Amino acid sequence: MSDPQSTPAPLPGDRPGQTPAGQQAGTVQPFPAAGNISDAEREELRRHGILLTSLEELYNWGRTNSIWPLQFGLACCAIEMIAAATARFDIARFGAEIFRPSPRQADLMIVSGTVTKKMAPQVVRLWNQMPEPKYCIAMGACAISGGPFKQGYNVLKGIDRFIPVDIYIPGCPPRPEALLNGLMELQKQIRAETLSGPAQGRHLRPEMPSEFPVPEYGAHDLQPPKNPEVWKPTAPLSRPTKA
Amino acid sequence: METTEQIRDRLLARFPGATVTLVTNPGPAAEHSLLLGAAHAHAIALFLRDDPALQLDYCSNATGVDWPDKEIIDVKKLTVPDPAGGAPKIVEEKTKRMDPGYLEAVYHLYSMALRHGPVIIRLRTTNRSDQVTLPSLTPVWRSCDFQEREIFDLYGIVFEGHRDLRRILMWDEFKDYPMRKDYVDPDDYEWEPTPHAEVLDRAKQHYPTPPPAAQPPDGPSVASAKEGKP
Amino acid sequence: MSVSDLSSFTPASGPTVRAVKDPFHGDLLEVSMGPQHPSTHGVFRMVVTLDGEIVVKLKPVFGYLHRNHEKIAENTSYLGSMPYTDRLDYLCSMSTNWAYALAVEKLSGQAVPDRAQYLRVILAELTRLVNHSCLVGFLFNDLGTSFTPLLYAFREREKILDLFESLSGSRMMCNFQRFGGCRVDPSPEWLAAASQLVNNFPRFLDEYEMMLTGNEIMLARTQGIGVLDAKKAVNAGLTGPVLRASGYNYDIRKVDGYGFYPRFDFRVPLGAHGDTYDRYMMRVLEMRESVKILQQAFRDLPAGPVMDPKAKIRGFRPKPGEAYGRIESPKGELGFYLISDGSPNPYRYRVRPPSLINLTLLEEMCLGHTIADSVVILGSIDIVLGEVDR
Repeated sequence: MSDPQSTPAPLPGDRPGQTPAGQQAGTVQPFPAAGNISDAEREELRRHGILLTSLEELYNWGRTNSIWPLQFGLACCAIEMIAAATARFDIARFGAEIFRPSPRQADLMIVSGTVTKKMAPQVVRLWNQMPEPKYCIAMGACAISGGPFKQGYNVLKGIDRFIPVDIYIPGCPPRPEALLNGLMELQKQIRAETLSGPAQGRHLRPEMPSEFPVPEYGAHDLQPPKNPEVWKPTAPLSRPTKA
Repeated sequence: METTEQIRDRLLARFPGATVTLVTNPGPAAEHSLLLGAAHAHAIALFLRDDPALQLDYCSNATGVDWPDKEIIDVKKLTVPDPAGGAPKIVEEKTKRMDPGYLEAVYHLYSMALRHGPVIIRLRTTNRSDQVTLPSLTPVWRSCDFQEREIFDLYGIVFEGHRDLRRILMWDEFKDYPMRKDYVDPDDYEWEPTPHAEVLDRAKQHYPTPPPAAQPPDGPSVASAKEGKP
Repeated sequence: MSVSDLSSFTPASGPTVRAVKDPFHGDLLEVSMGPQHPSTHGVFRMVVTLDGEIVVKLKPVFGYLHRNHEKIAENTSYLGSMPYTDRLDYLCSMSTNWAYALAVEKLSGQAVPDRAQYLRVILAELTRLVNHSCLVGFLFNDLGTSFTPLLYAFREREKILDLFESLSGSRMMCNFQRFGGCRVDPSPEWLAAASQLVNNFPRFLDEYEMMLTGNEIMLARTQGIGVLDAKKAVNAGLTGPVLRASGYNYDIRKVDGYGFYPRFDFRVPLGAHGDTYDRYMMRVLEMRESVKILQQAFRDLPAGPVMDPKAKIRGFRPKPGEAYGRIESPKGELGFYLISDGSPNPYRYRVRPPSLINLTLLEEMCLGHTIADSVVILGSIDIVLGEVDR
């Protein structure tokens, strides 16, 4: 059911001014199965006990609210990750409290802490072992770029050199609230994924790789030191020259 | 507890052929240390552990220090009389000499039984390249086990008599000794918005010619890129 | 199998699990636990050889969190390393700060005002409460009581972290101590809140102990497990609660009397058997003693500055020399060895990590026990990987 069109076609029921109060204005939520029924009519039906939905919506709803993270702590940020799971912050409110010790059962990898060069092959291997659909959160400055330890000889300058990262959470360490915010951003991202079309999820596109080459220990550095397929750094920004 | 000088004198009396030198610490801590010759180091360590007056049964800290080759410039001031008859001139004569470097292992010893310490002992290698062997003190104090492995890993001192001398922190295939002062880490420089000092030097090394800017000031902005072409 | 046989053993570089042929004992199984393992407290790895489920060989593998702390510190100014010390033992940043400040003060011969000394004791003991209560929670996680005791511990931890945050601006990475004092003076409201928390803490401990100490499974799983001989422990450099659980009285707070600890009246709890249960009880008893120290500190806290007025923040250059400063951190002896060559950066900066050296005897403690017990023994030693690998 791939859609060749580059932009989703406007649906007949999608008229402006008819979004229910609970729904954010401006977000496009196509409901192919809903046919000609507008959101307001759907809401009306729901009040009468009739739930109309699409497979896509159901699929995303289920995935969004049961993101199982990998129980995988690297450094300081892992303590804040545990704190996010305890009573005060309670990540269970977002359906992500089931930390799986095995990568085979996990949907989300929270890279919580400094990735050293010695640890990087294992992190990539864990990522490869996770089944699709899978997501990655780089939690903390170290996982994003090496952070305060960037100058170290054994510190990888960001996990995005080897695996794709969906959400970056800055902070050293980020507070548990920041992790919750990152999780909510990820949920937003998952909700916006469609089964077909340009917004199709990464796991549905056959051309997107699911596994990445695991770097090997070299004599001076990792071999290769980065995966150019994944890591596409922005070229240096130049300040506008004064006229 | 005895002073470091007293310990040295006792050691010299007990081990006649050994070299035991006092290394003074000029700082306010004034923790002086004993430099031991490698030949007798193991026997002296056993003595320090078992001597009833010292009973240094606990080796708290073992670490390496790198002292690279140093170029020392000796300045000699010579007074040269002015042939014209004026005031004599002071001429500085500079001579250069190389001070050979060495690697050092430092051990901090305490006595848990008598609750005193520290007694600091140091061992030095002959040079930094091929003669880097020192006797291991792990058979005397088990606590040196991981620490001597760490010194081997990061400084490259080979401890003879250590039962399991492998790299501990870096991987086994790693070739360099990263804590040495002359270690050059691999060039995986990453662009930083405000390079300065050493980072700027590395940036210049990494990019001999600066790469083209990604976004020229009058290029398409993020907002217009999102909207797409009309 | 004696210890000397193990020297030829090198860790597996092939697949994670493989069978080792042994003509005498049948098949041994070599299992690599970690670096990603739910109960190794971070990225610690043990290569365990099993006969059935009995451990016959265990080799710890380190370095998966080796963040080059020492190398970075040698390229940074003295004060610039202070935030890095937070990240060494990331559960106890306040006491790690103190250890570093103590070493630098010894190196430069700086004095510390009385109020700052008291404040340091208060913060270090609060940190001990955080560390020990979390450790007990993690230990019970390893025992299989998934998460429940940890929830209690983290509830108390959050209260103490709130105090740290209002004082230093950060929950975990406090970066609070300075050479010659502390960064800010706490307000009277802060002191009142902290004092109240400390006074309520024994109630939490009672609740905690009622749930855990007499627990039948806990007794069965920990008593007589991982027995550690005191003589061996001294030779292997084990310190802190692990050593004292074996009955050896060595607490640096009493031995060195650093800070103002000689002014406080407290006891050093000692174990009798050196097993995992004693190591657990050490933590609980030490928390009760910490509460006593804290109550005295709040009572006696003098007025005055928290920073030595002569202390230099900018252009800090200690005279050439060296110093080794150590404190009794919650995990054991935490030491900093510094060599100054008169420049703004330390010439040599070395951390003596208690977590790493306390693991020296891990293998001997685990031999002959089941693999499930080795996890509990590791939990009772109390390691933090930031400090093990630095």
